[in-house]
Amino acid sequence: MSDVSFVRTEMLQEQTPPASEVGIIGWVRHNLFSGWFNSILTLISLYAIYYVLSGIVPWIFQSVWNANSLTECREIMMATWGSTHGHACWAVINDRWLQMLFGFYPDHLYWRPILALVLLLIALAPILYSERVPSKLLYLTAAYPFLMPFLMWGGTIWGPISAALGFVIGWGVYTVLSKQLSGLLGLVLGVLATVIWWLVLSGYVVGAMDSILPIGIEAVQSRQFGGFMLAILLGVVAIGVSLPIGIVLALGRQSDLLIVKYLCVGFIEFIRGVPLITLLFVASLLLNLFLPPGTNFDIILRVMIMMTLFSAAYMAEVIRGGLAALPRGQYEGADSLGLNYWQAQRLIIMPQALKISIPGIVSTFIGIFKDTTLVSIIGLFDVIGLSSAIRADTAWNGIYWELFAFIGALFFVVCFSMSRYSMYLERKLQTGHR
Amino acid sequence: MSELAIEREIDRTKMQVSDEVAIEITGMNKWYGAFHVLRDINLTVNQGERIVIAGPSGSGKSTLIRCLNALEEHQQGRIEVDGTVLSNDLKNIDKIRSEVGMVFQHFNLFPHLTILENCTLAPIWVRKTPRREAEERAMHFLEKVKIPEQADKYPGQLSGGQQQRVAIARSLCMMPRIMLFDEPTSALDPEMIKEVLDTMIELAEEGMTMLCVTHEMGFARQVANRVIFMDAGQIVEQNEPEEFFNNPQSERTKLFLSQILGH
Ligand SMILES: Nc1ncnc2c1ncn2[C@@H]1O[C@H](COP(=O)(O)OP(=O)(O)OP(=O)(O)O)[C@@H](O)[C@H]1O
Ligand SMILES: [Mg+2]
Repeated sequence: MSDVSFVRTEMLQEQTPPASEVGIIGWVRHNLFSGWFNSILTLISLYAIYYVLSGIVPWIFQSVWNANSLTECREIMMATWGSTHGHACWAVINDRWLQMLFGFYPDHLYWRPILALVLLLIALAPILYSERVPSKLLYLTAAYPFLMPFLMWGGTIWGPISAALGFVIGWGVYTVLSKQLSGLLGLVLGVLATVIWWLVLSGYVVGAMDSILPIGIEAVQSRQFGGFMLAILLGVVAIGVSLPIGIVLALGRQSDLLIVKYLCVGFIEFIRGVPLITLLFVASLLLNLFLPPGTNFDIILRVMIMMTLFSAAYMAEVIRGGLAALPRGQYEGADSLGLNYWQAQRLIIMPQALKISIPGIVSTFIGIFKDTTLVSIIGLFDVIGLSSAIRADTAWNGIYWELFAFIGALFFVVCFSMSRYSMYLERKLQTGHR
Repeated sequence: MSELAIEREIDRTKMQVSDEVAIEITGMNKWYGAFHVLRDINLTVNQGERIVIAGPSGSGKSTLIRCLNALEEHQQGRIEVDGTVLSNDLKNIDKIRSEVGMVFQHFNLFPHLTILENCTLAPIWVRKTPRREAEERAMHFLEKVKIPEQADKYPGQLSGGQQQRVAIARSLCMMPRIMLFDEPTSALDPEMIKEVLDTMIELAEEGMTMLCVTHEMGFARQVANRVIFMDAGQIVEQNEPEEFFNNPQSERTKLFLSQILGH
């Protein structure tokens, strides 16, 4: 150990020539102390950082992990440090973390949301990292929207199959009619057929098939859903569905067809003009007034629809910004080669417009993901709702910081990943200056 | 607006004008709002013709050739391109656009696609050419414009002249019967102008029907078989290049030529 001083003299000899200009000292001098004003700012900042960390670090690390109640926590703190101030009681997280993650989801079925999450990551891989992943995985991606609800809610297998069938029917109607009549009429009737199938017919078919061939897994009710799982569920659906809807709305807003244009403008401006919380109240209370009595329209589904529409309106405006940034020459180049409207949009316009809009799109994603916490106000037990529920328990009455720190950490991990991914994507799509 | 000398001998053996009509415009009028841009245009272009359209800025040259592939809509008159009448029917428009190549002043390459992808996109999606074949054809035309080695780069990594040659190759990949050029060299430096003009001359030598808006009077003199002079939305004068330059008929043409040729 005493050899340290010997090693240090060797290094000093090597470092002498550049002295204050390079290396750590040079960097510090250039960046932190390059004048008296900068030096003062640096010192003030260092003190501020020290002040914050000196409070937080001991709070995080000199903490209690094992206790059954806040009172017990405080007793341990008194015994160990002689004060309850400045020490975290992580025991509440230790005690309740499963509940904060899964809500009241039956604990013997935890594997289902976990499997759904793992499958989600696999299904996303071919989209997020298209060139590093076998494209066969896209089949899983296509099946995922039907697989996920089945895993989460359980019940009969005929439900998701019938939902998928709705798309097949719509597609069939569209392809037949668009050839014989016009493309637009085919599209409208195709969508209509799908909606009629879902709302009216599929219920009977599912019932019939289930009585003939009852295959299924244990059902879980929507009111048992909760915790961070609910945030991810709502976030994933809102993000995944709002992007395509946003693209369609942005295109519709630029359309030459006046009716389409004003429908899109009206929708976007209405949704953007209303707070999300109002839409959620509409979902939870008002919709019941309009629906025929006895319809069982799942509350989570209603919330999903509202969050999706909300985020789609913002998405549309972000994408419209990207479209506006494209030079007119790109449209003309595509037109002059004989590409039709949809080909031009899909192959030329959208790839560039979306690329320009990546920062805005990801901000909208992050925003809507964090806004999922608002559902606690309409009585769903997401993480925020659960933290109140946990505090309502006499054992943990009065605990705030630890719960919110935990919730904050959960959200930060997801949002920060999205943000990093978007930076990776922007770098990947960089194809040299124009 | 210099008169660029074209050094090499031009091979005129295949530059023959046939009797077959490629483009026929009769009584065409166009307005931008209340502004009458194109006035009573009548023009017949035969297969194999090389036409240069000249005229002062704002005279409607771009508008005229953009009407030919329906990038602009005309309000009156009849335009027939390669046997198809331009109407509001989208099918007709897409058909004409795939038969008529267009090269723009600012290239309008697709920056998110490689050079090769730029060239194969339309053949694959519009003509439904198998990818392999489309790529072979693209390489053939990239060799023709002398930049096969750039195939895997992106447009942003090429010089202006190279980009414009890619744009020409991209149009040629659709095997057009007619090529429209809208000031293909005006955004380029002099050395690059030459490489693009060389490519265009080669095209002319192969008998391509070309309509070219340009200020390159050297090109007009040596390659065109007809020069059209436009002013204020009208075709003022058209003639063979020799006659057009040496013996202009209207005052406006004389004024324009004295300005552009600097004597
Ligand atoms: N989209 C438009 N809306 C209204 N007026 C237009 C539009 N495009 C062009 N014009 C006008 O039409 C006239 C003809 O334009 P055009 O671009 O055809 O001229 P040009 O002969 O190509 O000129 P240049 O040599 O400068 O390219 C101009 O006066 C121009 O201001
Ligand atoms: Mg012009």
